[in-house]
Amino acid sequence: MKLEDLRRLGEYEWELPRVGEMRVPGRLYVSEELLRPLISGEVEAEGEGGGGQEWNALLQVQNVAALPGIVRASIAMPDVHPGYGFPIGGVGAFDPDDGVVAMGGVGFDINCGVRVLLTPLQRQEVEARKEEVADRLFAHVPAGLGSEGHIRLSIDEVDQVLKKGARFALERGYGIPEDLEYIEEGGRMEGADPAAVSQRAKEREFKQIGTLGSGNHYLEVQYVEEIYDPEAARAYGLEKDQILVAIHCGSRGLGHQIGQDYLQELERASKKYGIPIRERELVCAPIRSPEGQKYLAAVDAGINCAFANRQVIAHLVREALAPLFGLSLEKIRTLYDVGHNNVKFERHRVNGAERTLLVHRKGSTRAFGPGRPENPPPYRRVGHPIFVGGTMGTASYILRGTEVGMEKVFGSGVHGAGRAMSRAKAKRRWRGAELLRELGAQGILVRAHSFAGAAEEAPGAYKNVELVVEAAVGAGLNANVARVRPLICIKG
Amino acid sequence: MAYEILEHTADAGVRGIGETLEEAFAEAARGMFSLMADLAQVRPVRELPVGAMADDLSGLLVAFLGELLFLRDKEGMLFSQFAVEIERENGGWKLGGKALGEPLDPRRHRLGVEVKAATYAGVRVEKTERGYIAQCILDV
Repeated sequence: MKLEDLRRLGEYEWELPRVGEMRVPGRLYVSEELLRPLISGEVEAEGEGGGGQEWNALLQVQNVAALPGIVRASIAMPDVHPGYGFPIGGVGAFDPDDGVVAMGGVGFDINCGVRVLLTPLQRQEVEARKEEVADRLFAHVPAGLGSEGHIRLSIDEVDQVLKKGARFALERGYGIPEDLEYIEEGGRMEGADPAAVSQRAKEREFKQIGTLGSGNHYLEVQYVEEIYDPEAARAYGLEKDQILVAIHCGSRGLGHQIGQDYLQELERASKKYGIPIRERELVCAPIRSPEGQKYLAAVDAGINCAFANRQVIAHLVREALAPLFGLSLEKIRTLYDVGHNNVKFERHRVNGAERTLLVHRKGSTRAFGPGRPENPPPYRRVGHPIFVGGTMGTASYILRGTEVGMEKVFGSGVHGAGRAMSRAKAKRRWRGAELLRELGAQGILVRAHSFAGAAEEAPGAYKNVELVVEAAVGAGLNANVARVRPLICIKG
Repeated sequence: MAYEILEHTADAGVRGIGETLEEAFAEAARGMFSLMADLAQVRPVRELPVGAMADDLSGLLVAFLGELLFLRDKEGMLFSQFAVEIERENGGWKLGGKALGEPLDPRRHRLGVEVKAATYAGVRVEKTERGYIAQCILDV
């Protein structure tokens, strides 16, 4: 794809016009700088900064636009990059009668997302005891390959997790009742059916509930560096220099297995219903078909699993932190918990009329704006918060949903910086131990279960999160509330 | 017989190379586990049966690697050696054999990242000048 193939609609808005079998156009919300790696053509240089390495993300935008029942546009958010079937940062809304549910629109880590906890602590309090805080969290929150959770589940209990979501964890003593109000969907999807999930998927969850995982998943202690939107910050209870804890993880092996299982089931369904398979991870089924319904019930179960995981981890963080600072557990509250690999039915306005749509968000969070009844009451006037992860060494952002975002991108938000360099290259460039020393010198204490894993996650291997936030805010899709910086980072 | 790790911006790819299809599959599996641990530290002391079926060889590779990830989580295992046989069955393909390794021990094993899934992205199973290759991108 070349620059000439795109029509510029604004500083951060581009149209990928309908060609071939596309049913709707593509819409890209990127700056010129973010667009560069997505297009082939004039710059074919190898390596970072060169053009074209991510060209297939736009093909994926086109493929999604060709799926039956897609409404308005195939959307690429500012952090778009190549994924599996859908691009990462891809949003697609479908008509519930004529549309499809697509596996690639959810991916292998169902409801991977971020929970952020508010603490009453100030930056200086944690700075003074940083090593101690890091050691406590590192010891108390299971992370890394092969780690096992504090809870062992029987097969019946896994079914309870899949049905109840975060509520299961709460019933087991992990959490405070107020937590549920501050989780997307109240921490539970109604449509979950454990019978739609294979025995194999459930077996992978026995020991994994409440574990962080590895790769780009993390637990971070951060402080609020700057507030951009005082009204929203007040609604969220955010103050400058306040300590927050961010938890990034998903549905672990159970979610991955659902993905793997339905890759095959939906391939059969695509063939059965005569839907062309343009990429093997873009397999799908009509929403109303038995196959589509079954996949949706399995995804809801996977979503609940991730909600339960983050709920357990959030409480482990409380247990680790509160006694150190003489706090009661309730003093550490949930700011919000929102996923970025989901598919859900939602009400949206399209051409002036409100209707139900099935919205896929792959590497994009829900970001509902002001007035939406789904938002917790204290956030209703400003929209709910979303969390844009930076890297171990750079800032993260708290943004919020907007009216423009509701109108243009079905109330969706950006989710992170996205990688710029392969893991293999990052490992050649940085040595884990050295990198951790460098970050330490910048005041960021990293505790990692794998040095190699830490090297792969080096801040320099990621794109600049500021560019992503600039485009999301510049296009009006999300509004900037606060910038936070890491003090402690726990990596799997 | 060898494996190669393929560059991929967000994730990582793996390519197994062998004189036979079976060797290429086994090497792809070794490549996948090399991302998760130092294979030299993983002793082949426990053996588990593995099996997979698919309509085509690409599907068979993705299913085989997926099966190994399932066994990793369910049994808490790391694997370093594989012996598999591949044959045609009912117009599709069937893989059977064994995976050898030992229980994962974070105190003894130098660990890498957790591979989440084997994907169809970049998938290729074919005979080339270098022998058979079996490759795909892994979601990390």
